Amino acid sequence: MFAWLEKHFNGPQTLGESRFFWASFLAGCLFLLCLPLFADEYEVGNYTYFLLHAFLALGLSLIWGQGNILSFGQMVFFGIGGYSYGVFSVNLLKITQNTFFSLAMAILFASCCAGLLGYFLFYGGVSGVYVTIITMVSTMILETFMAQTAGPQWTVGLMPLGGYNGMTNIPPLQLNLGGEFPYEFRDARLYYLVAALAIAAYLGLRKLANSRYGNALVAVGSNPLRSEMLGYDIRMIQFAAFTIAGALAAASGGLYAAWGNYINPSVMGLTTAAMPVVWVAFGGRRCLLGCVVSALSLQYFSQCLSADGSQYALVIQGGVLMLMIMFIPEGVTPPLGRLLGRLASGIFRSGAGRRLPIERLENNGA
Amino acid sequence: MHNPLLQLEGVTKRFGGVTAVENITLNVFIRELRCVIGPNGAGKSTLFRLITGMYPPTGGEIFYNGYNITSLSTFERARHGISMKFQTPMVYYDRTVGQNVLISLQRHYDLEKAGKMAVNFMKNFGLAGMAGRLAGEVAHGYRQWLEICMAVATNPELLLLDEPTAGMSAEETARTAELIHRLNDLGMTILVIDHDMEFVRLLNCDLTVLHLGKFFAQGKLSEIQAHAGVRDIYLGKR
Repeated sequence: MFAWLEKHFNGPQTLGESRFFWASFLAGCLFLLCLPLFADEYEVGNYTYFLLHAFLALGLSLIWGQGNILSFGQMVFFGIGGYSYGVFSVNLLKITQNTFFSLAMAILFASCCAGLLGYFLFYGGVSGVYVTIITMVSTMILETFMAQTAGPQWTVGLMPLGGYNGMTNIPPLQLNLGGEFPYEFRDARLYYLVAALAIAAYLGLRKLANSRYGNALVAVGSNPLRSEMLGYDIRMIQFAAFTIAGALAAASGGLYAAWGNYINPSVMGLTTAAMPVVWVAFGGRRCLLGCVVSALSLQYFSQCLSADGSQYALVIQGGVLMLMIMFIPEGVTPPLGRLLGRLASGIFRSGAGRRLPIERLENNGA
Repeated sequence: MHNPLLQLEGVTKRFGGVTAVENITLNVFIRELRCVIGPNGAGKSTLFRLITGMYPPTGGEIFYNGYNITSLSTFERARHGISMKFQTPMVYYDRTVGQNVLISLQRHYDLEKAGKMAVNFMKNFGLAGMAGRLAGEVAHGYRQWLEICMAVATNPELLLLDEPTAGMSAEETARTAELIHRLNDLGMTILVIDHDMEFVRLLNCDLTVLHLGKFFAQGKLSEIQAHAGVRDIYLGKR
């Protein structure tokens, strides 16, 4: 098992490659599997809510951590994913008899939107802080636009967009297996589905990050001019990463709409748009798993704080972000991982390590 | 040796009111090794940036292998076989030496093959035993070699080297000259910019002299050394 994980998912561009890391990862998966057994329905719903944001964090970690492009507008694609899931599922449910097709269509549609924005950004030569500003503005624009869609003229097929009150009666994820009632994904079923998808997305992104494309993305993020001189089409590479991150954000949005049966424009507001950035900065943007763990724990933390008034939660999270940038710019998980790795190195045989085979060969030979 | 690989025809580059390169016409032949010299501000680095497409020319045309490449972007020119080492080492400072070389090689080969080739490349460029060190942490001379190694790893036809020996010791300079001769013997066409006349003597090739953005003189090392005008503007009267 370890050998299989190490062979397929270790590489130079991802952190956490030791036996200890993979053992902890498997323990984490087991924990996720067992969690619903010890939690009531409300708590399972809550955990599903936290987990469905993992895709958002993974996408941002890919473009910001690997590609060095800070997008402040991931919630745009989250919103588009959520709204279009609502529209597709209501309009297509009778025809397709399930809403998974609608979820796929929603992700596809949002990916096209991300691709379109990415095309104008990267093929237009926009870089650095301007990408951040434009993506931030795009989230504000879409929030403002969706907030004014209250009238009956703003109905797509059977689904009214709902203005600031939001889109209601969004169907849950369901399959019609031929019985009297459809097989609905709610509570623990939805939880397991989201957890399985999140683990698959994490492993998939690890594979991508360590592929030739992943190396090229890191190279472009590190030094665009050098990469171009080596023959890399940096615009294409950045455009692709931005689109993948958009698709992941849309997956979060679609699942969110299916989970709560509801979405409103405030998901694209400035406060919510800042959240993924906080999670990823806190977790360590270069560490995919760190970003997921950080997203889950900060949401949990925020919810605990919210019991005493949500404004405090935001102020504290903002403070956390400022402290992080000042004192641990690489995020919490890389140094924490190194510390734990050192502590555990006596227990676990060291795995393949995060270096390339050539680097090990060279160092041993030297 | 008689087919021009690179032809510049009346290439001009202006930045606002400043003319950095003016009406340069230059032929570089296949397998040629040529050095471009000139005092500071002569337009040497601008010339390289025009050849690689980082700057669009204000006037004139650039041909490569007989094709007009004036409107091609930098990465397209790189894919046609033009590679460059920048004046200040442009490597991936936050990545290891091994990854730097691998990133250059993997555009042509799958990761496994690129990894194996990277080992040989590093040995040939004096970087053996450094694969695991961050490029930002190795000595300046090694970083220069790393960048040359990366430029060569893309298997170019035309290699542009902008001050490859800046900041190197005399011994390192001699090794670099030897390396350039070896690459040239392997069939690579090489254009070098350098200030260091000792290094230019080691290269012992044809020279093109630029002055204030204009073509000034061209010829063998001995001819240029004997050229009174060049001695005035660049080498200093001796």
